[in-house]
Amino acid sequence: MSQVSETTVARQIDTSHMQVSKTEVAIDVINMHKWYSDFHVLRDINLRVMKGERIVIAGPSGSGKSTLIRCINRLEEHQEGQIIVNGTELTADLKRIDEVRREVGMVFQHFNLFPHLTILQNLTLAPIWVRGIPKAEAEATAMHYLERVKIPEQANKYPGQLSGGQQQRVAIARSLCMQPKIMLFDEPTSALDPEMVKEVLEVMIGLAEDGMTMICVTHEMGFARQVANRVIFMDQGQIIEQNEPEAFFSNPQHERTKLFLSQILH
Amino acid sequence: MTDIGFVRSNLVEPRPAPVRTSGAIAWAQKNLFSTPLDTVLTILGLLFLAWILPPLYGFFFGNAVEPNGTVEQCRLDNAGACWAYIAAEMEFFIYGFYDIPEQWRPNIVFALGAALLIPLLIPKAPFKRTNAVLFLLVYPIVTYFLLAGGVFGLKPIPTEKWGGLLVTLILSVVGITLSFPLGIILALGRQSKMPIIKTVCVGFIELVRAVPLITILFMASIMLPLFMPQGTTVDKFLRALVGVTLFTSAYMAEVVRGGLQAIPRGQYEAASALGLGYWKRMWFIILPQALKHVIPGIVNNFISLFKDTSLVYIVGMKDLLEAVKTKNDTALEWQSANTATTGYLFAAMVFWVFCFGMSRYSIYMERRLNTGYKR
Repeated sequence: MSQVSETTVARQIDTSHMQVSKTEVAIDVINMHKWYSDFHVLRDINLRVMKGERIVIAGPSGSGKSTLIRCINRLEEHQEGQIIVNGTELTADLKRIDEVRREVGMVFQHFNLFPHLTILQNLTLAPIWVRGIPKAEAEATAMHYLERVKIPEQANKYPGQLSGGQQQRVAIARSLCMQPKIMLFDEPTSALDPEMVKEVLEVMIGLAEDGMTMICVTHEMGFARQVANRVIFMDQGQIIEQNEPEAFFSNPQHERTKLFLSQILH
Repeated sequence: MTDIGFVRSNLVEPRPAPVRTSGAIAWAQKNLFSTPLDTVLTILGLLFLAWILPPLYGFFFGNAVEPNGTVEQCRLDNAGACWAYIAAEMEFFIYGFYDIPEQWRPNIVFALGAALLIPLLIPKAPFKRTNAVLFLLVYPIVTYFLLAGGVFGLKPIPTEKWGGLLVTLILSVVGITLSFPLGIILALGRQSKMPIIKTVCVGFIELVRAVPLITILFMASIMLPLFMPQGTTVDKFLRALVGVTLFTSAYMAEVVRGGLQAIPRGQYEAASALGLGYWKRMWFIILPQALKHVIPGIVNNFISLFKDTSLVYIVGMKDLLEAVKTKNDTALEWQSANTATTGYLFAAMVFWVFCFGMSRYSIYMERRLNTGYKR
């Protein structure tokens, strides 16, 4: 699953809205540990994400990077330490979990669109039933985001009728319809045909330009260079190294990072 | 050595598929006589049909006694099916011992049921929600008071007198409409993370599934009253209804569980990540997909239930089959060689019509709901 490519989008990125807040914390992970029964999968994770930050998490498969972002919206449970999202600490309290999930969008490797619903229904379901937005308004918002991901003409089709790239763009639009404050991307381009990677990255860059707080687990190093303001390298369930992309790629410090980069960059 | 190089100079446009050879002769050659073995099998098959069809035709139509015929005709040596007997006893087969002057009441129930159910089954018919509320909430109440009487000056008719197709249909319709949601709840409970709910559901399913329906009916009708306080009685019909419903719901739960297991984890996760709570997740995302996967199994259960209703004879109720059997045994004035056979054939045909109807409708529904792979 881990094809590595250097897809870059050939245009100047508009950085005017891409400011990172100095004071507002979006996500705070403090001394966090997680086990899968006896396996210590995440070890002593400390990560503070400021509002407006664009973070790329890289690392070999099995390093715990997906597990980490899945902990941030509690698709996975952590056993020790704290995770605080938008000021709400994640505990077993279902109310808090729902509160956090309403504000955190997630995009999956395998899209996970609802195959029995049309594209429009996929987009409006959560706004209507979670946020209580009237149907007409939800549909208007949905069409707005479909236009933004450039597939408004697909609104009444079913997911099975769309290409992989289109499905992933719908999945992004579906998250955006909930107007989240934070977006999590779990290898959004890894399951796509090479020809479709670019169209999805375009949408993600557009989001970054709007100032969205994003954490992306991805092997798209071109994207990391162009968009991220911080790259995190993980291995064996821990954060090994993090830095600004320029320094991360040109001057890695840890031996493990050097080895990883030497294997994926040619 | 440069032979392997190739560059296409003009793209091939799509063109229509070649016309298929058709016609009766081509079809027969392909399907009936393509090899010597096929030819032999075809001839054997035709001989078998020639042997079996004429007598069957003779029994059902040729030599059969028409509905307006007499018993004397049925007693002739070469007489076929005695449809006259069916026609004469039809009322008993439909209503059992229900008072004859009051039979307009079940008739209204039948008509009302059809009027409410048919638009519910047609996807394009309007007012689905109102229709469903009427059918699921209002109709059962109306049906109960209309059939049982005792209100609005209607003569009370105890359930012991209900019988025939009326009983079969009430048991099946109530059993189906109650066991379906109950089965879904049990299936969800079985997957629950809460230990008490899970244990109760697993216990119920495993207990009920491991016991024959006859035992449950028998328990409900004979054992249950022993445990009840003195003086309280629960209607026998109601007890059978509860027995059939609980029995089917346990099976339904396992079918639904199969469907739930077929749903990829990503669907649960995507729904959770959007902030949908447990019940909304199940209602909007998981169940619509899971149930669609297991329509054949669900309908299988409906059909089983429909046929199993005939087991209520064990607690002394006269469903359609038992009504037929009763008449076969007691209607001395209709005694003839083929009377009993005709009676059972009639019962079989009625069962078949309903079950086949359910089967066809489920196939239609499967096709209609097959959006996941729509191209």
